[in-house]
Amino acid sequence: MSETLLELRHVTRVFDLSQGVFRRVARLTAVADVSLTVKRGEVFALVGESGSGKTTLAKMLLGLLPPSSGEILVDGAPVTAKDRVAISRRVQPIFQDPYSSLNPRKSVAQLIALPLIVHGVGNRASRRAKVMEMLDLVGLSRRHYDAYPGQLSGGQRQRVAIARALILRPEVVICDEPTSALDVSVQAQILNLLLELKRELGLTYFFISHNLAVVEHLADRVAVMYLGRFVEERSRAGLFASPRHPYTRALLESVLTPDPDLGVPDTRIGNTTAGGESGCPFNPRCPDAIDICHTTPPAVRTLPDGWATCHLIAEEAVSAS
Amino acid sequence: MALLEVDNLAVDIPLSDGVLHAVSGVSFSLERGETLAIVGESGSGKSMTSLALMNLLPKRAVRRADRLLFDGIDLVTAPEARMRALRGNRMAMIFQEPMTSLNPSYTIGNQLGEALRCHRPVAPAAARDRAVQLLEKVGIPAAARRLNQYPHQLSGGLRQRVMIAMALMCGPDLIIADEPTTALDVTIQAQILHLLADLKKEFGMAMILISHDLGVVARVADKVAVMYAGRVVESAGAQSLFRSPRHPYTRGLLNCIPVPGRTAPGSPLGAIPGQLPNLIGPQHGCAFRERCAFAAPECAGDIPLVVTEPGHLARCVRIDALEAAA
Repeated sequence: MSETLLELRHVTRVFDLSQGVFRRVARLTAVADVSLTVKRGEVFALVGESGSGKTTLAKMLLGLLPPSSGEILVDGAPVTAKDRVAISRRVQPIFQDPYSSLNPRKSVAQLIALPLIVHGVGNRASRRAKVMEMLDLVGLSRRHYDAYPGQLSGGQRQRVAIARALILRPEVVICDEPTSALDVSVQAQILNLLLELKRELGLTYFFISHNLAVVEHLADRVAVMYLGRFVEERSRAGLFASPRHPYTRALLESVLTPDPDLGVPDTRIGNTTAGGESGCPFNPRCPDAIDICHTTPPAVRTLPDGWATCHLIAEEAVSAS
Repeated sequence: MALLEVDNLAVDIPLSDGVLHAVSGVSFSLERGETLAIVGESGSGKSMTSLALMNLLPKRAVRRADRLLFDGIDLVTAPEARMRALRGNRMAMIFQEPMTSLNPSYTIGNQLGEALRCHRPVAPAAARDRAVQLLEKVGIPAAARRLNQYPHQLSGGLRQRVMIAMALMCGPDLIIADEPTTALDVTIQAQILHLLADLKKEFGMAMILISHDLGVVARVADKVAVMYAGRVVESAGAQSLFRSPRHPYTRGLLNCIPVPGRTAPGSPLGAIPGQLPNLIGPQHGCAFRERCAFAAPECAGDIPLVVTEPGHLARCVRIDALEAAA
């Protein structure tokens, strides 16, 4: 169970943004020095707001985008963009929007069987049997075999996407906001299905979401990303019981439970998305920022169940001792 | 007198294979300063209901109502010129997608100014001042500078604030917000909801909030109407609805969402089996009966709205069976 399946070592991804022919090229660091390990059979959740680099990280895990620097290892072996096909046998994606992630001109059978064809697995008959098996597995009726995505509801489409991701029996599934485009009753069905499949097939999930209630329900470990950096990585129980980074705290406070006695929470953080010029990247929004936050980048503070990067954690420790 | 009275509103859309009953038998009233939330999943008719109020339905849709009164004005018979004078002026709308509902080829200032100058004979400079004032009110930093910017130069959160400022330009009595925070990050969502609540208090506006997010609804609404398949299946004060939901669909929805601290992690979530019924053609009985664990033969007959306690209505004939099972 404690075997490391997926590892990132100091991964950084920089994009060059052209601002016009004669202008200087701007550099955008989408992912900055991210290290993480995902153990076999674990659900590793990544949360953060739009623009924090979640999807860039997912693309690198899928081998769709090479890191600018750093290393990605699957099962101890370093991965380069060259073995994209090899990676895709072990790492498969489920995307956010089942309305745009499925080709409307392909039938359900063609969509689900495509990974088999790409990898040259089996013949026509064995592929057909395999697709039927996948339909059963994800709770679709066999009569959907020849249907087209346009004839399916959102939940059914996401089941097709899940069947397609699982047909090669990958070890890791990268779920990028798999339920955020769905209605709540359908979201519940898909989350139940993902949990069931994980138990049945022993899958490992890398689960990207901005819905913290969903993350709390599914995850074993949670990393919080802010402007390309991990700011806190903890066990699920630890993070939700005592978030240590002020950004994590704001995120948790923003979760709206269906509780009519409580009003809308005041998260006390601003709405700028710019990073700090120096010091901690979160300092322009941090309600508790002190002088050092504006001058020195915070170091990693080790916690019993993970770590966080914030000067104030050190302050607490000092004042507590 | 209530600001808005809706009685027996229906929207039918004739299609090649029959009539689609998008909304039927919807009734509610709204006082000044009140927030009504309309909750439902896609296809429940919640957006159609709001478009029907504004008379912005698709061309071939047919709207019927026994009564549709806005501040004493009969909206059923109001000619288009009258509606145009009301829309954006006394009743304003905030749409879900700020990306698509702002015009990309005009500046923010231009679009905000137009919203005012359509209805009021004001000088451009005065419209500009009002725009800056409202942009500041909705928490946009460096408001004066934003007027010359185009929508693509703003982030999603800022664009949504611009949409809200635009809806407020004429100081409306009623704001209809259709999923105003769905496209936004959670921290920004909290800020926008805060802002809407503050503005509502300050200007004494009434608000209709359309949402599928039960968390948002619980925190913001005074009254809630739950819609399913074009009908209101349950309506009540927010406290009463969330504390003692009566309709099996409302209960099902509440069981679907994981709630931190309450739902055991990894446990199966409540699911509502099946799908929305086909709304084309004549509709009989309870639309939810195919998916309902408590369905009985009488569910295929006429389903009246039952008063379960003062102010709490549910469209269900099996409430007693539900209570017995709980």
